[in-house]
Amino acid sequence: MAVFPRRRLAAVALAAATALLVTACGGADEADGDGPVTLTVDVFGQFGYEQLYQEYMTAHPDVKIVERGTGTNLDEYSPKLTQWLAAGRGAGDVVAIEEGLMVEYKANPGNFVNLLDHGAADLKGNFLEWKWNAGLTADGKQLIGLGTDVGGIAICYRKDLFEKAGLPTARDEVSKLWPTWQDYIATGERFVAAKTGASFLDAATNTFNTILLQTAGNTTGYSYYDTSGNLVVDSNPAVRQAYDTTMDIIDSGLSGKYGSWSEEWVSAFKQSKFATIACPAWMTGVIEGNAGPAAQGKWDIARVPGDGGNWGGSHLAVPKQSKHQAEAIELAKFLTSAKGQIGAFKAKGPLPSSPQALDDPAIAGATNAYFSGAPVGAIFGTGAKSLKPVYMGPKNQAVRTEVENAVRTVELGQRNPEQGWADAVANAKKAAAK
Amino acid sequence: MTVQLDARPPVAPAAGGHRRSSGRLSRLDTRYSPYLFVAPFFLLFAVFGVYPLIYTFWVSLHDWDLLGTDHPFVGAANYTQLLADGDFWHAVVNTLGIFVISTVPQLLAALWLANLLNRGLRARTGWRMAVLVPNVTSTAAVAIVFGVIFGREFGMANWLLDMVGLDPIAWKSDRVASWVAISAMVDWRWTGYNALILLAAMQAIPRDLYESASIDGANRVRQFWSITVPLLKPTIIFCVIIATIGGLQLFTEPRLFHSGTNPIRGGSLRESQTVTMYMFENAFAPHYNFGYGSAVAWLLFALIALVAAVNVLVLRRLGGSGMGPGKGADR
Repeated sequence: MAVFPRRRLAAVALAAATALLVTACGGADEADGDGPVTLTVDVFGQFGYEQLYQEYMTAHPDVKIVERGTGTNLDEYSPKLTQWLAAGRGAGDVVAIEEGLMVEYKANPGNFVNLLDHGAADLKGNFLEWKWNAGLTADGKQLIGLGTDVGGIAICYRKDLFEKAGLPTARDEVSKLWPTWQDYIATGERFVAAKTGASFLDAATNTFNTILLQTAGNTTGYSYYDTSGNLVVDSNPAVRQAYDTTMDIIDSGLSGKYGSWSEEWVSAFKQSKFATIACPAWMTGVIEGNAGPAAQGKWDIARVPGDGGNWGGSHLAVPKQSKHQAEAIELAKFLTSAKGQIGAFKAKGPLPSSPQALDDPAIAGATNAYFSGAPVGAIFGTGAKSLKPVYMGPKNQAVRTEVENAVRTVELGQRNPEQGWADAVANAKKAAAK
Repeated sequence: MTVQLDARPPVAPAAGGHRRSSGRLSRLDTRYSPYLFVAPFFLLFAVFGVYPLIYTFWVSLHDWDLLGTDHPFVGAANYTQLLADGDFWHAVVNTLGIFVISTVPQLLAALWLANLLNRGLRARTGWRMAVLVPNVTSTAAVAIVFGVIFGREFGMANWLLDMVGLDPIAWKSDRVASWVAISAMVDWRWTGYNALILLAAMQAIPRDLYESASIDGANRVRQFWSITVPLLKPTIIFCVIIATIGGLQLFTEPRLFHSGTNPIRGGSLRESQTVTMYMFENAFAPHYNFGYGSAVAWLLFALIALVAAVNVLVLRRLGGSGMGPGKGADR
């Protein structure tokens, strides 16, 4: 073989490698200028914004909107967002922040644009007061996010499975079955006794969180952390009470043990393996997505046992790293306006956090065809304005994970309730200290 | 080593007759251009290897909240906390357990496969290529499919067990069962790859050794253990070290094996959480403690170095001294 061509080959390879390196480091910068501005919106789950984007782009021909993350799990979304913020690039121009994580992001407000500097103060009246406050930093000087939705809670149930078990199926009668969680358990025992081949509920963890947020909202106003930021897992009676009620549920064999948000959970929806699920307003969109068109009209919605409660809900924020802050702020304002919230509600069911939107006949009279025409506006909307928020402490997410995992170990029979509680407290303390 | 490809130094033929220009330039070229040719690797290694290594160590000496703006220096505090951290050691045991359960059968199966492929098969190239197919499928796809196969209620593995009248196994919430399931994934993917490497080495063994052995009356099994295996020793060491590095850094398979809330824990009791997953859990969601996560990364590095050293020592002892066909592999 001749020597020369080989050397030339090596030189070409070197040049190619260098070129690759250079492009790899310098790529991806979009051209700034007079052309249309592309705004990226980062979300998780189902926000229901597609129609609104179309509308906004029609009104603003110079703006193009790209959404990322629809359908992703919050557990996948939040680490990515945090990494983007830490790295100083990569985040969208508008990002969704879930309530449980808001506290952590508020601790480092420098990552976000202060919306109060951009005329957001005038919008205060457009939001429920506690929702507005949740987006404010502790000193009240910076507004990180504008509220999107709140999570009023109900119980979604399968009419066909209830019928099979000889239980009433009309939503008013079903609601009357369970004024309290103990009545809910008693109904579940009747359901299990009928041997329909399905479980009464999906998994204990989601139900636990529902009971906890309801109990905490009605009593202390905080869950794992008190309002001064002390970890109170073992001393807050609301936590123990929710834990004990959940243990009763597990003990009565009501849970299908389909770990929430897992592949199995999704399969269980498709195969009609459980009859009820704790159902914050945003969950209706998740159910529809998981159970699919085949289950249309088989689901319905009844009131939640106990009294009210709020789970979830998000804010939209604009990271400081955005290159199009002004446009992004305008878009965030539009999406969180009463009109935007109504549009999202119609698309995917997240309950508005704007009193004007809640009063709007489009919400108050709304029904959901997938859920047998249930009057979702009335069911979720009625209590929304009197919702009692629950304070979330600095490491809420990490602590919640530990406690819910402890619940899960009892559900799977790996621990007894007392061991589970001991684990929950010990692991929560460890997580909070990290 | 048998797997080394064409590694001749590029220096020697450089001054060949094609060049007639200035001698000095040519001398410079001869002397320095080799460095230029190897430079891309070292540049990339410096940027993506050395720098992160040092930076990670620097971070591990600080109380470093991923989003926070100040990062106070805490010295070795992260390391002392980590050494007393039960969850960390739990993850180490998981990692080593999965490593052993996956690597031992994997290399034995690879050896067996390579031996089969070394015989006069019909459509030999086709078979040889076929064993590599699992390796070119995406790890994520493999992990998701296996995650479904080993599902608790809807999984195929438990369905098959049920068909033969056995009780279902809690593949995801039983510690050893989850190790086995994850090992199955790793083996499915890597056995063929190792088989090909061993096959390449096998083909370099001179035929006449086998011929004289059969004249001496050694049967096939005897030939395999007394000629093939000892001569493959350097390649086996290579496979073991590669498997060690991969096995101790196992992440994608166990991570995607679990789904649902916080899969990074590898099960509610951390049944199959590996060290890399524990590192991720601390550095990113839900703890965002970058300093602590970095300390985990450094201890993992130490662990890999340790296990690799033990591997080399053990294999050296097993194989005696030389490369010759010795009595190495008798056990």
